[in-house]
Amino acid sequence: MTELSLVQAINGALKRAMDEDARVLILGEDVGIDGGVFRATEGLFSAFGERRVIDTPISEASIAGVSIGLAAQGFRPVAEIQFTGFAYTCIDQMINHASRLRSRTRGRLSCPMVLRAPAGGGIKAVEHHSESPEAMFAHIPGLKVVMPSSPARAYGLLLSAIRDPDPVVFLEPTRLYRAAREEVTDDGAGLPLDRCFALRAGSNLTIVAWGAMIKEALEAAEQLAAENIDAEVIDVATLKPLDSKTILASVMRTGRLIIVHEAPMTCGYGGEIAARVCEGALTSLLAPIERVTGYDTMMPYLRTEAGYMPKVARILGAAHRAMAYA
Amino acid sequence: MPGPEMPVSLTRVLDSDGKVVGALPEFARDPASLLKLYRALVLTRSFDTKAVALQRTGRLGTYASSLGQEAVAVGAAAAMQADDVFIPSFRDHGGQLWRGVTLKELFLYWSGDERGNDFGRPREDFPNCVPVGSHAPHAVGVALAFKLRGETRAAVCIFGDGATSKGDVAEALNMAGVWRAPAIFVINNNAWAISVRREKQSAARTLAQKAVAAGIAGEQVDGNDVIAVRAVVEQALARARQGHGPTLVEAVTYRLCDHTTADDASRYRDDAEVSRHWLAEPLLRLRNFLTRFGYWDKAREETLLRECSAMVESAAEDYLATPPQPLSANFDFAYASAPAELLEQREAAIALAGTP
Repeated sequence: MTELSLVQAINGALKRAMDEDARVLILGEDVGIDGGVFRATEGLFSAFGERRVIDTPISEASIAGVSIGLAAQGFRPVAEIQFTGFAYTCIDQMINHASRLRSRTRGRLSCPMVLRAPAGGGIKAVEHHSESPEAMFAHIPGLKVVMPSSPARAYGLLLSAIRDPDPVVFLEPTRLYRAAREEVTDDGAGLPLDRCFALRAGSNLTIVAWGAMIKEALEAAEQLAAENIDAEVIDVATLKPLDSKTILASVMRTGRLIIVHEAPMTCGYGGEIAARVCEGALTSLLAPIERVTGYDTMMPYLRTEAGYMPKVARILGAAHRAMAYA
Repeated sequence: MPGPEMPVSLTRVLDSDGKVVGALPEFARDPASLLKLYRALVLTRSFDTKAVALQRTGRLGTYASSLGQEAVAVGAAAAMQADDVFIPSFRDHGGQLWRGVTLKELFLYWSGDERGNDFGRPREDFPNCVPVGSHAPHAVGVALAFKLRGETRAAVCIFGDGATSKGDVAEALNMAGVWRAPAIFVINNNAWAISVRREKQSAARTLAQKAVAAGIAGEQVDGNDVIAVRAVVEQALARARQGHGPTLVEAVTYRLCDHTTADDASRYRDDAEVSRHWLAEPLLRLRNFLTRFGYWDKAREETLLRECSAMVESAAEDYLATPPQPLSANFDFAYASAPAELLEQREAAIALAGTP
């Protein structure tokens, strides 16, 4: 057992995957000798060489596109997109090709690739480095979309993503890369890509979040406990496919739901979860569903980004409204 | 034509009358291989003719004919080995047929049936790409896979003149150059991107010279001369297999047809221009060449036309008698195994349709 940061856990999962399967390749900008701008691929170039850890030209769309060709040929490419805002040019390749190669060839070809990208704000970065694009990818049929919230879950989910027979978009909360360490057993065990993780049991309300917002959700739950409000916290972890069952079961017990995400509210993934809960647990709801999200503005520059991102106080406010309603 | 002149060679073996104006490659000294090429061109045209007729009578989806450009895809495919991988655009049926895709599979695809892409062979070829040029990076990935495995295989990708304006193509040429990937990019420069002339796509004097910026080989070939196309692509493939990297081949041809059956080219180009280009079309010149050397005559031509027509008619009947897939297939092939939430939608869709 070793205490690892999230980025170290990512690195460990990459190394483990490359050790166990010669088909696994890494490609992206500065992933080679530099080890990636966040150091997620540190040491892999010296361990596996330039044939398995491939520095690419600055061509994000084609990093995804080349991965599709490699995957169709039986490799397991893990592509790194350097910063969130640069992942948008990959959407064309992911929606028009990666996600549907299996379907349009009726299974003759497939695309087992992983597109890794950092996501989210809070690291005082320049513009285009702090967005949360998970809902855009989650809207694409044929993809899986994962956003881990802790080193151990990042390790297990990334291993499963690399082993998955279909394309997976793996979004890593930049703010958590070095925020905390936890014990991670490098045993090669994957975590399921179709399950939410209940991190804290509670009976009064359910807080659903993912990525960096799990930290806020857990802190809010702690403070609510001091007020004798018992909050359950669920880490969605894999947004697509969504484990609705776990969320519905929780809301059926608590009757109240707060969804927290960093991305803007309108057409955010919280809307999808709210709809599923309305469809599956309407009569259990004691209060309107609350969404605590980023605002429908541009992701601000760093001097005001703190005010953009959902904070514990906003979650507490939502919880108090929900409790006061019924 | 604006822009600076770049050193780009143009290869032509037969002129538009079928007279030999360039060095005859080895394969062209064997009448059997020339007759095979001619047969492929005729079969492609027969398929195009039938496909357009089926579309016009409501029995096929929107269709992109390759009329006048048959030599590009047929020549490129003829240069390939069976275990190479073809990454075609949406106008390259001639190449797909040469590679072993069946007429029925092509009809199925253009009728809007995904099973048309589940080729019996070649199993590793890509389905054709509709979004312009976005398949060029796939060819780099496939070629990189060959290189990493130490195989002497190569990828051949075809796209149109319009696609050379896309970032995907610029990125792909550049990446293939950096990695010396065994990928051949063939431009079907048919002079028109729907209604936009080649001159409005790029100020570059040739499209082949885009290779210069990528640091890779680039050349032009007469795209109506199937012997020249096959020869140029064969040479490019030989270089690629020896580790000398990619080549961009600009095949200069002309789109004698509308862009697709949904297009009406008379809105934007003169009949006189089209008529002029009919004099240079690829079947005519190879037929003239074969006739001049005594390998071909009217009787053989009529026999071949009858054979190709019969094959196409039979495949069309076969396709028309094929029932559509069950609705459930769309769910079954979305993922290797459908997630629970998709299975729920599958059941609901089947219940609504009353049949799987």
